Amino acid sequence: MATSYDLAVVGSGPGGYVAAIRASQLGMKTAVIERSELGGICLNWGCIPTKALLRTSEIYAILHDLDAYGLSAKDIAFDIGKVVQRSRAVAGQLSKGVTFLMKKNKIDVVKGTAKLAGQGKLTVEQDGKTQDIAAKHIVLATGARARALPGIEPDGDTIWTYREAMVPKAMPKRLLVIGSGAIGIEFASFYATMGTDVTVVEVLDRILPVEDADVSAFALKAFKKQGMTVLTSAKVTQVAVTKGTAQVTIEAGGTSRTETFDKVILAVGITGNVENIGLEEAGVTVDRGHVQVDGYGRTGVEGVYAIGDLTGPPWLAHKASHEGIICVEKIAGLKTVHPLNTSNIPGCTYCRPQVASVGMTEAAAKDAGHKVRTGTFPFQGNGKAIALGEPEGFIKTVFDAKTGELLGAHMIGPEVTELIQGYAVARQLETTEAEVIETVFPHPTLSEAMHESVLDAYGRVIHT
Amino acid sequence: MPISVLMPALSPTMEEGTLAKWLVKEGDSVASGDVIAEIETDKATMEVEAVDEGTIGKILVSEGTEGVAINTPVAVILEEGEDAAALDGFDAGGGAAPKAAPEAAAKTVAAPAPAPAAAPPPTAAPAPTAPQATPKGDRVFASPLARRMAADKGVDLAAVTGSGPHGRIVKADVEAAKPGAAQDAKAAPSAPPAKKDAPAGGLVGTLPDPRLYYPEGTYEEVALGGMRKAIAKRLTQSTQEIPHYYLTIDCELDALLRVRKELNAKGEADGIKVSVNDFIIRAAALALMKEPDCNVSYAGDALLKHAHADIGVAVALDGGLITPIVKAADTKGLAQISAEVKDLAARAKDRKLKPAEYEGGSFSVSNLGMFGIKHFTAVINPPQAAIMAVGAGEQRPVVKDGALGTATMMTVTLSCDHRAIDGALGARLLQVFKTLIEDPLTMLL
Repeated sequence: MATSYDLAVVGSGPGGYVAAIRASQLGMKTAVIERSELGGICLNWGCIPTKALLRTSEIYAILHDLDAYGLSAKDIAFDIGKVVQRSRAVAGQLSKGVTFLMKKNKIDVVKGTAKLAGQGKLTVEQDGKTQDIAAKHIVLATGARARALPGIEPDGDTIWTYREAMVPKAMPKRLLVIGSGAIGIEFASFYATMGTDVTVVEVLDRILPVEDADVSAFALKAFKKQGMTVLTSAKVTQVAVTKGTAQVTIEAGGTSRTETFDKVILAVGITGNVENIGLEEAGVTVDRGHVQVDGYGRTGVEGVYAIGDLTGPPWLAHKASHEGIICVEKIAGLKTVHPLNTSNIPGCTYCRPQVASVGMTEAAAKDAGHKVRTGTFPFQGNGKAIALGEPEGFIKTVFDAKTGELLGAHMIGPEVTELIQGYAVARQLETTEAEVIETVFPHPTLSEAMHESVLDAYGRVIHT
Repeated sequence: MPISVLMPALSPTMEEGTLAKWLVKEGDSVASGDVIAEIETDKATMEVEAVDEGTIGKILVSEGTEGVAINTPVAVILEEGEDAAALDGFDAGGGAAPKAAPEAAAKTVAAPAPAPAAAPPPTAAPAPTAPQATPKGDRVFASPLARRMAADKGVDLAAVTGSGPHGRIVKADVEAAKPGAAQDAKAAPSAPPAKKDAPAGGLVGTLPDPRLYYPEGTYEEVALGGMRKAIAKRLTQSTQEIPHYYLTIDCELDALLRVRKELNAKGEADGIKVSVNDFIIRAAALALMKEPDCNVSYAGDALLKHAHADIGVAVALDGGLITPIVKAADTKGLAQISAEVKDLAARAKDRKLKPAEYEGGSFSVSNLGMFGIKHFTAVINPPQAAIMAVGAGEQRPVVKDGALGTATMMTVTLSCDHRAIDGALGARLLQVFKTLIEDPLTMLL
C-alpha cells in the first residue's frame, strides 16, 4: 500500500466512495480512509437498513388487509429480532459491495480515523498506531450525526437516535418521535405500522415541513387515520428518564402536559462531523456545524475539499454522490463540470403513504415571483392504484404560467419515491408542459398520474 | 429495346443547358454520327450526335427548353424492328422533367428579384429548396424551455452560446441574452435573403447587433420608419446583387452657366427659374435617347429597353431620401422639367407622392453639389441600370492646349449595372452627356 496519492477521501459513505470511484475512473491514484464500515451511514445506519425495515412494515400492513385481496392467513406475527436481522444483513451485503467496488477500481482502503496534518498530509490512527498519508487533494466526506436538543441528550437506551431506533431489541409500547422530517416520519411510520402507539411532536406548524403544504396536510390526515398522534406547533421541553421510561413534558396549544413513553427518538436534524479532523488548524471555515464550500466542494484551503452531509443540507445521499463527482471532476480539470443544481435534487420519504418531491413548492414558487399554474391528480383516478388497492394520495405539479417551466412536483401515495425520477429527468432537460403532455406514459401504471397531473395544470385532465 | 438519348455534358462543369434546336423529328431515321440537336450553354452552342442507329421514336424535351439538366432523357430512339408500341411503359430513366440543379439555385445568393420563369422548379417553391440552401445541419440545440423563452423574449438562438451539455442552450443562457442582441455573434447559417425582412433578433443581416458594443444609456434608440427600412432593404439588395462599376468624367460648366443665366433672365417674367440640375436632367435624358442601350432594366432573362428616359431625381428628406421621377424627360423642355422637379420635390418633402411617381424609372440623377461634394458614387436604384452622381461645379485649374487656365468644372460619376451596360457603352453615354452639357445649345436639337 502506497502512502502518496493524487486524491485521498476521508469517509466512505455515498459521498466518499463515489468520489473515490470517479477519481479512479479519471486516472487518479486514490485512497479512501474509513474509521467504521465501508459505505458510511447511508449503507450501514441510514438509508438502506431503514428501507429494509420499512419493507417489512409495508408487507405487515398488507397482511392486516388480506381479506380485501381475497386472502386469509392465521397467526400473523413478527419476530423483531429477525426483522432487524434482515435489515442488518442487507446493510452488510451492501457494505461488502462497496469493498468489492473499491478493489475493482484499485482504490486503497485505509482503516482508521483521519485528521488533516498540514498541506497534502493526513494522519490516520487505528488501534493506537498512526500512519501518514500524503495526497495532493484531500476530500473530506465525514458525514453528519443526529443533533441533540438542549437538555435532551440521547442515552442509547431510552432516548434514541436513528442508530438505536434501527436495531430495537423489543418493540416499544409507546414511542415519542421528536421531529417530523424524513427520518422522524419514517421511524414513526415503521413503528406505528408494527403496532406501537406513536406520537409525533413537531415544533413547526406542519409535519414534513420541506414538502409542499398540500402534501403535509394529506400526510397528517393519513397518519392520524393510521392511529398516530401528531402534534404540530408543539415543543418538548423536558425529558426525564426514570426506570427505563421517559416522562416527557410537551408544550402545545398554550398548555403543558407530561406523558410517559417507553422510548423517545430524537429526529430534530443533523449536524456535520466537523470535530477532530483538524479543520481549525488547517484554516477551513466551519459555520453552524458544517464546512463551508463553493459549488465545487472547495473549502478555500489549497488541496482541501468537502462534500456531502458534512457541508450541509439537503442531507441526502444522492446529493453527496453528485457533489463527490463534481468535486473530483473539477480537480481533474474536466471542461464540462459545473456546480450541482440543488433545485433538481429530489427528496423521498419512505413512510406509508410514500412522499416524494423535486423542485419548488407552490408557496416557494410564488415567493420567488412566479405566476403559477398547478395541477393535482388524485390516485383515486388512477386504474393501477385502484387495482393495487392503494388509491390514497395525489400528484401535484407546479408550472410557471408564463414559460411553462416545470417548477416543482410533489407526490404522496403508492411508489411515488420511484416515480419522482421522471420529473427529475424532465426538469434536468428543462422541459415545458408541452413535452410531458406529449410523452406517452404506459398503461396501466401509477406513472399515468404524473401525466394527468400535468394535463390538469393546463385544464386538460382526462381522468377526473 | 428503345434507347434513351440523354442530355450530354458538353464540358466538365456543365450542369444544365438549353435544348436550343431539334434537327430531327419523330419518325426520322438516324444513323450513328448524325447531328440530331443543338444544345446551348452559357458558353457556347454545341451539336449533339446520335450514338445509335434507329428511328426517333419520341421527343421528350421540346425545342427551346432551358435548364435541362445533364443526363435528362431528351428523346427516345427506337431500334430496328420496334415501333411506337415499344414506347408504352418504357421508362426513359433519368429525371423526367427538366429540373435545375437545386445546388445551383442555392448557390446564388437569392433568386433574382424579377424571378425568371425559365425553369419552373427553382422559382416555384422557395420553401422546399430552402432546406438545401441552408448548409449542413444548422439545427440549434436548445432545451424546450430555452426555446420557448427565446421566442418570447425575441432572442435569436443562432446567436446564443449554449452552456449546457454538448453546447446545448439552456434557460440560463437565454435569460442572460439580451433581446435582439447577440451574445456571441455566429454567422447566420443561411444567406441573408432567407432573413429578408426584419432582422431576426440578435443579428442585423449577418452582422452582430450594434447594441452589443455600446453600454446602455450611451445611446438613444430611434425606431425605424418605413422609408428607412425600405432604403436599408433596397439598397442592400442593390449593392449585393447588382455588379456596380463606376465611370467618372469632368464637364466644363461655363457655357451652361451663361445659357442658364440668359434663360432665367428671359423667363423671369413667366416665373421660370431653371437650375443647373434641370440642365443635367435634360442632358441625361437626351444622352439616353442617343445611347438607348443604356436606357434599360436588367430583367434576368431579358433586357427591357425603355421607350423614354424616365429620370429619377434624388430628393433629400428629413430622415430619408426619395427619387421622384420625371417621366419622359426626353420630351420635356427645361422649363417643364424645372417645374416638375420643384413640384415633385415639394410633394416629396410633404410625403405626398404616389408610388407611381417614385417607383420604376429608367435612370436616376443624384446631385450633392450644393453641399460642395466634388465627387461621389451612387447606388443604383433597382429596377434601373444606372445612376449619375453629380458633384459641385467649382472653379478649377485646367489645362487647355498645353496652357494653364481656369474653368468651372463639375465631376460626374456614372454607376452602371454591368449585367446590362458594359464599360464601353457606359463610357459612350458619358461622352454624349458631356458634349450636351459643355455645349448646351445642342440640347435644342
